[in-house]
Amino acid sequence: MNHNFQKDIAGCGLTGIISRKKRRLDGSLIKNSLCLMRDRGNGLGAGYAAYGIYPDFEDFYAFHVMYDDRTSRMEMEEHLKDSYDVEKIEEIPTFPVKSIVISPLLVRYFVKPKKGRLVGGISEDDFVVKTVMKVNSEIEGAYVFSSGKNMGVFKGVGNPKEIAEFYRIEEYEGYIWTGHTRFPTNTPGWWGGAHPFTLLDWSIVHNGEISSYGINKRYLEMYGYKLTLLTDTEVAAYLLDLLVRKHGLDIKTACTALAAPFWKDVDRMEDGRREVLTALRLTYASALLNGPFSLLFGHSKGLVGINDRIKLRPLVAATKDDLVYMASEESAIREICSAPDSVWAPRAGEPVVVEVSEE
Amino acid sequence: MFKSLAPPDYLATIDTDKCIRCKRCIQNCGWSVYSWGGDRVLIDTMKCVKCLRCYHYCPVEAIQILDNPVKFKPNAYWSYNNIRNIKKQAETGGMPLTGMGSDLPYPILFDRLLLDACQVTNPSIDPLREPMELRTYLGKKPSKVEVERGEDGELRLKTKMPPQIRLEAPFIFSPMSFGSISLNAQKVLAMAAKECGIIMNTGEGGLHEDLLSYRDHIMVQVASGRFGVNPEYLNAGVAVEIKIGQGAKPGIGGHLPGEKIPLEVAKTRMIPVGTDALSPAPQHDIYSIEDLRQLIYAIKESTNYKPVSVKIATVHNVAAIASGIVRAGADIVYLDGFRGGTGAAPTIIRDHLGIPIEHAVAAVDDRLRQEGIRNEASIVAAGGIRSSADAAKAIALGADAVAIGTAALITMGCTVCGKCYTGNCSWGITTQRPELTARLDPEVYAERLVNLIHAWAHELREILGALGINAVESLRGSRERLRGVGLDDQTLDILGVKPAGR
Repeated sequence: MNHNFQKDIAGCGLTGIISRKKRRLDGSLIKNSLCLMRDRGNGLGAGYAAYGIYPDFEDFYAFHVMYDDRTSRMEMEEHLKDSYDVEKIEEIPTFPVKSIVISPLLVRYFVKPKKGRLVGGISEDDFVVKTVMKVNSEIEGAYVFSSGKNMGVFKGVGNPKEIAEFYRIEEYEGYIWTGHTRFPTNTPGWWGGAHPFTLLDWSIVHNGEISSYGINKRYLEMYGYKLTLLTDTEVAAYLLDLLVRKHGLDIKTACTALAAPFWKDVDRMEDGRREVLTALRLTYASALLNGPFSLLFGHSKGLVGINDRIKLRPLVAATKDDLVYMASEESAIREICSAPDSVWAPRAGEPVVVEVSEE
Repeated sequence: MFKSLAPPDYLATIDTDKCIRCKRCIQNCGWSVYSWGGDRVLIDTMKCVKCLRCYHYCPVEAIQILDNPVKFKPNAYWSYNNIRNIKKQAETGGMPLTGMGSDLPYPILFDRLLLDACQVTNPSIDPLREPMELRTYLGKKPSKVEVERGEDGELRLKTKMPPQIRLEAPFIFSPMSFGSISLNAQKVLAMAAKECGIIMNTGEGGLHEDLLSYRDHIMVQVASGRFGVNPEYLNAGVAVEIKIGQGAKPGIGGHLPGEKIPLEVAKTRMIPVGTDALSPAPQHDIYSIEDLRQLIYAIKESTNYKPVSVKIATVHNVAAIASGIVRAGADIVYLDGFRGGTGAAPTIIRDHLGIPIEHAVAAVDDRLRQEGIRNEASIVAAGGIRSSADAAKAIALGADAVAIGTAALITMGCTVCGKCYTGNCSWGITTQRPELTARLDPEVYAERLVNLIHAWAHELREILGALGINAVESLRGSRERLRGVGLDDQTLDILGVKPAGR
């Protein structure tokens, strides 16, 4: 039954760093920043996303997959080898952590869709999305939690420090990092339920509850998305995928659709701008993310931070040289950057869009 | 004369000690219940409909309209109405007529649905301190928007947007024709629509010239009788509605008796004075969905592509029908539930045909989404919207806006007595008798109707605030914010709503 689902609710803390010069930073910074926000998590989920960590495999989709058992792994790999050229398979390196007693089987794959499988003009990206949707909804016990190129997500049940140690986060080097600590209120932790949530090279960390979840979900379903995780974050990720990748809006415009300015402000704008914003609002009415949220989404070319329309959740940004920081709390930034060049609280609904320079 | 064996429903009584013989009751009653007996007021209670006009205008509260305690012997199967209607039909050989929506005790789904509210994990929003947006646009929406960023960094729109009807709140007034209601009643609707930034609908009686100054807040209707339709009429308002059916009388036509066709109504409808205005059951140029498409596009061609609404009664197959209407090119699908009001309908039709609006909205919204065409048309839910809560629930089930008919008439004095078809409305609403229509001062009652719309808009903002959202589109179709109480699994499944506690 489509409507009979239990949605996952959680409070959270988030943090992110980007080097506009694509300088690669090791994972200790993001870990230290995230670990500071103890009150924002309850140890039932934490995770990290990093971009630029797989330079040797940058042309391959890096699938991070968690398995409940070996049967699901066999089924998945059979499916994968059928549709993809597999460059490399390895278990994701982990380090034993005392408090993490059980963990799923974690494997990563560097793959490319087989040319012969891209029938009907489907793009590689679309093909990968279909695979992810299919695996996550149909293969029992297998869950793809990262599927972008030259990036990866590491997440699980535990506090930020434990998860960082478990995945050996400090050993990776990336030019964009995001981190998330979780405070779920109604569900026992599930490894797949931790953030970041990803699709292709989109990764999202999110703090808040999307009060418009019900209609956002139904809207996405109209476009063939299968919402298997039942989290707000999943909705945000798919909406961005739809608006940016499928409908071709630039990121800033997509943000304007998701956290639309108020009519009272739109009414005062000059004709051209008012026309655009009205068209966006009308067309993407069911995509409006309403309710409290702050979220960071990373992609291979940049990092974006955005708040809901009336800023019901915190978000602070800061700069220092080529680095831009965004976090739930200023203290989480100052913990790793004691003297930023500038610090500000982005206004409600106005995205902070940072892009890396292409040299 | 043979005395009817159907007992009177009401007993009009006057306390002769209190009565000061002012004769206002005689003057006010449109049904001639009262007459002057030389030293006291005489009462013909058989004619009383309990509209309470006399009660309100009696200066000394001498009048009481009591429900007749004399009933047939109680019978759980043969209801009072069954027995009375048979007696009436035996006497007349006719179909008992009625006005307003069905009053039978079918389950009311609106009363089995509860809205959500925020606590702790997401904050509620205070509508007195934060913006709370009710603005709604009716019309076809593109599935995506194309923009380009100019050299100056400003966005420019590349997509041509289809025409829209802008509403400052998700309410419109239901179609009620001049003829079925008085011109003054239509003026109340037009003035209130303008003041509230919403729209009224002419119904199928044409557009009286006095309403032309409200044209930016008027949708004109084309129905099976084609009354008053000409090129100017089609272009007079912001949109055109094709009426296929009405919730109170699905599948049957309309009959405005000649007594309700004086000169002004005749002129507006473009028919002779005193002739019955008969609207055929089907539109005789629409015998199929492809015929509907031709009419939709004929109207679009003759109006330079104004939005076209198609109004249907909610019948069993409503989802498939609505899908066809959208594919035929309609910009708005107006769904009129079986509780919808009427000026005149055979009681047997009103009370036994169609389905409730709650099921219909849910089924239509689902179907349009399954087919990926929900953006192609707006959905208006009508037929028994009694309060802002009903409106909020209809919107959560999937409607873009709701239409208000009966509630609007109640602000004009209507007490839902259901005798609209007689043309004797003592409140001057559903009558063309000049001495009665003169009672309805458009300015006075427009203010009351504006009050109602403002009050409902206030309540809707409070509901949105409690739900933690600040735009009505975040409620639209968000069935996750509804829970059913005491509904069976299948009904919940049809509504797409979880039971309370889940």
